Amino acid sequence: MRAVRGFLLRWTAFAAVLVVWQLVATAAAHPFFPSPSEILAAADRMWFSGPASDAFLTAAARDNLASTIFRVLGGWAIAVVLGVILGVACGLSRTVLTAAGPLFAFFRSLPLPALVPVFVLICTLGTPMVLTVIVCGAVWAVLLNTVDGVRTVDRVQIETALAYRLPFSHRLVGIVLPAALPKIFAGLRVSLSQALLLAVVAELFAANGGLGDQLRDARNRFEFAEMWAVVVMLGVLGYLFNMILLAVEKRALAWHRAAGLAYR
Amino acid sequence: MSAVALRLSGFAGALLVWEAIGRSGIFLDGYFPPPTEVFPQAAAMLGDQTFLLNLIATTLSVAFGLAIATAIAVPLGLLLAHSALLRSASRSVLEFLRPVPPVAVVPLAAIWIGGGPVTKIGLAVFASLWPILYNTMYAVDEVEPLLVATARSCGYGSVRVMTRVVLPSVTPFALTGIRLAAPIALAVVISTEMLTGTSGGLGGEILEAASGQTRMDKVLAIVVLAGLLGLGVHAGLERLQRGLFGWALTDRGAA
Repeated sequence: MRAVRGFLLRWTAFAAVLVVWQLVATAAAHPFFPSPSEILAAADRMWFSGPASDAFLTAAARDNLASTIFRVLGGWAIAVVLGVILGVACGLSRTVLTAAGPLFAFFRSLPLPALVPVFVLICTLGTPMVLTVIVCGAVWAVLLNTVDGVRTVDRVQIETALAYRLPFSHRLVGIVLPAALPKIFAGLRVSLSQALLLAVVAELFAANGGLGDQLRDARNRFEFAEMWAVVVMLGVLGYLFNMILLAVEKRALAWHRAAGLAYR
Repeated sequence: MSAVALRLSGFAGALLVWEAIGRSGIFLDGYFPPPTEVFPQAAAMLGDQTFLLNLIATTLSVAFGLAIATAIAVPLGLLLAHSALLRSASRSVLEFLRPVPPVAVVPLAAIWIGGGPVTKIGLAVFASLWPILYNTMYAVDEVEPLLVATARSCGYGSVRVMTRVVLPSVTPFALTGIRLAAPIALAVVISTEMLTGTSGGLGGEILEAASGQTRMDKVLAIVVLAGLLGLGVHAGLERLQRGLFGWALTDRGAA
């Protein structure tokens, strides 16, 4: 009953905000601030007014929307694989960690958008450039969280496994990775939102295709409803990515809570 | 090998790799200059007054952004954590606002407000709001109920409970939020400066160096200095946190 009330309250409040926004925007009739209905109409025009044979998607939806989604998820996936492999390697070896620690600290606090002009020059414009930016930016959160996670592994478990002469691969898959998983997931969430942000910076700055390109195009034509539609679409994408990741995390870590282990 | 020697060799190794790539000719001449060209350039820039003013402009924008975000997010977090009604009513709105990448609003803000400092500080506020807000809300949930009950039975009213019990336990977590927000704010301020092109700052310097003659040694020098700035802010906040709140287990805070 309480859950139902909470649900109703949340979405009533959400609807109320939309209604107020609609009323205020209509009353103000300011060109910079279109109403939600105008933004929706612009989104429909831009992405969802295609022929039925293409599931109502327009060419722009395939060129821009799909390519941004592909770049964010693709770059993020590469960053995750790299981050976890390097993170496990660094977490298991104190020597490597000490040697690489200050470098990691530097790269983590490096404002990555500043590097976009460098990548513009040395990569092919378009998808390769955006992917490089995302990988270079999103890898650190995964890497450092994996290192942290690997370092929380119970010494006794490792030593027991060593005493039983379990091979390295078994120790890795059976002990180290499961113990590090909660921390890794924390890194995955941070890096996914970083990936979306970096994709937008790279595409806005200079890239062919993608929502950032479409945003730049809408700005050049002073199409405010279209600009808002891109912003809203990016918010929806970020929300969906996060929701899906949380659902995966809940399943993947169900055993963790069930085992009563405290994490965080 | 001692830890210091290891760290130094890590740095030296990275610089050697960079130098080798820069000199190898993989990239066109001048596209990826080696550290022996970038570091003297960085040193020269630190002596240049215009550059220093731009560096200060960026640093101040980040500082103002963080300060304003804290002034909004901490009271808001306390309010939302105390009222279940407000919390569930605002949740869906906050959850839709949070994933919006702040830089996506740059083109709109640049036309609406212009390229001045208000735009970049405003976007830095929007970006830094979330870590501070969520860490504050998380911290209120973690306040020891026994402390609150004790204070109440000693006759403390809700205002005094708030200022004497809740706020002191929340502050370290809020500072963790600020520490997490600082690099995001720096990245957003620099992106805004780069994208509007009229805001000055480090982003403006990068844009200027990257266009026209394309002085990549300058761009990389600014990137190195920006990284050092980020590192300095992070180290400073960490030291502050350790000095003030060494007793608190703040690293359990939510990211």
